Amino acid sequence: MSGMRSITLGHYLPGNSLLHRLDPRAKLVGLLILIAALFLIRTFSGFFYFGLFFLIAFISSRLPWRYFLRGLKPVLYIVIFTLILHFLFTKGGRVFWRFGVLTIEENGVYLGSFMTLRLILLVVTTLLVTLTTSPIAFADGIEFLLRPLRIFRVPGHEIAMMMTIALRFIPTLMEESDKIRKAQMARGADFESGNIFRRARNLVPLLVPLFVSAFRRADDLAVAMESRCYRGGENRTKMRQRQITGLDYLGVFTACGIALAIVLTGV
Amino acid sequence: MNSPIIETIQLSYDYSLDGEKEIRALDNLSLKICEGEYLCLIGPNGSGKSTLARHLNALLLPAAGDVYVDGLLTALEENRWEIRRRVGLVFQNPDNQIVATTVEEDVAFGLENLGIAPPIILQRVAEALELVGLKSLAQHAPHLLSGGQKQRLAIAGVLAMRPRCLVLDEPTAMLDPRGRREVLATIRMLNRQERVTVVHITHFMEETLEADRIIVLDRGRIACSGSPAEIFSGKLDLEALGMDMPPIPALAMALREGGLAVPQGILHVDQLVEFLC
Repeated sequence: MSGMRSITLGHYLPGNSLLHRLDPRAKLVGLLILIAALFLIRTFSGFFYFGLFFLIAFISSRLPWRYFLRGLKPVLYIVIFTLILHFLFTKGGRVFWRFGVLTIEENGVYLGSFMTLRLILLVVTTLLVTLTTSPIAFADGIEFLLRPLRIFRVPGHEIAMMMTIALRFIPTLMEESDKIRKAQMARGADFESGNIFRRARNLVPLLVPLFVSAFRRADDLAVAMESRCYRGGENRTKMRQRQITGLDYLGVFTACGIALAIVLTGV
Repeated sequence: MNSPIIETIQLSYDYSLDGEKEIRALDNLSLKICEGEYLCLIGPNGSGKSTLARHLNALLLPAAGDVYVDGLLTALEENRWEIRRRVGLVFQNPDNQIVATTVEEDVAFGLENLGIAPPIILQRVAEALELVGLKSLAQHAPHLLSGGQKQRLAIAGVLAMRPRCLVLDEPTAMLDPRGRREVLATIRMLNRQERVTVVHITHFMEETLEADRIIVLDRGRIACSGSPAEIFSGKLDLEALGMDMPPIPALAMALREGGLAVPQGILHVDQLVEFLC
């Protein structure tokens, strides 16, 4: 259980660097612009310049590089998969290697490494934002970003509220699952032995009570929120308003500048 | 007594189970709650205590009869939010009524819903936390608080909205003795010092001894009402309603039956000690 409790949500690492202090809205907008820029890059030198920029931001954030490696792990398989696909099936240019019907040709190597670089830069740039933004600030940022989508009836405020409530109840439900696990173990439930399927099935006596109680809690909470005059995002104020500073504008402008430079120079 | 702040007039409410059987939770209940009063509601399980509490801030609307809060009729849609601001409800489970991820943010939740300006919210949050004694924990995560602290946080969240009446639905049922003492002291202080009208629903008889008035509910009707001294005088058959006497009045009654001339109206240990010694 101690392992479960040490899970950091969204992998946020508290700190006081420039990136930490940027407003979440500015960070998210900047991130979106940079992602767009990443998809506009057409040459390897473009990636080189982008990588250079990432390196500067990374060093200034003072984040440990291990977290970036760990963050890359889940996309490793996708990266390998794209590489293999491109190597084997994209044809054209010189032939590097031939085995029966299989060939690796110049264009495949080129495109494969191109896509791989793009994917890796995409992940590490995103990590730069998620690692430096607290989950609550993130929820606020999401609410802001979704605001223009209100005309399409996207419930931005509700999504942010759901994120906040989820964050609020994760420790509570963790505690509860710990309690249920112990209670079921005292009744002879076995959570530790057997193969993966057996273990998964043995989780049923843990999950069923946990879900029942989560639904009950949700019901209670809804009534409590209603009796404290909650009626959605309309006309709602915030106790602590986030202040946009010159720094935040600078951050967004830098991202815009990078995107513009990429488009104009055609790198 | 002062003018009534809440009034129910021939209030009835039915619960439907499985969409068929109707169960009468409240039956023609007429009740006046006075301004500044400390009212305790007791009664066996299923006597309609919680149902009544939910009528007092328009969470439930009467099937028949009317409920007035500060002169506002709860059945009218346009009164609903003002009524909920004026009558704050605190529930049994402290965990399930905390919304935000810090103590301070949770107290602010109700005020944010009302659309109050941020500087005023900050000020009122500080006031409310001060009142319930949680000021030093303003930045803490709620799950790190003790049960009593969580329940006081829930009270602060309601209090920040400056309600005229506080309705507490078994606020101490899930707390340990220490948490119970904290919460009871807070409720009492709010009633005495801040002049907040309190409606306190409870299962613990000894919690009712401080009340101005006790109302005993049974099957959706008022079985009896009166001061603690009247309710626990021994003349009412509480056991028939499935309730026990609190220890000191029970002892006084036993002594009386044993031939000792213990006067009526003894509720607290010190009163009994003074008489006996």
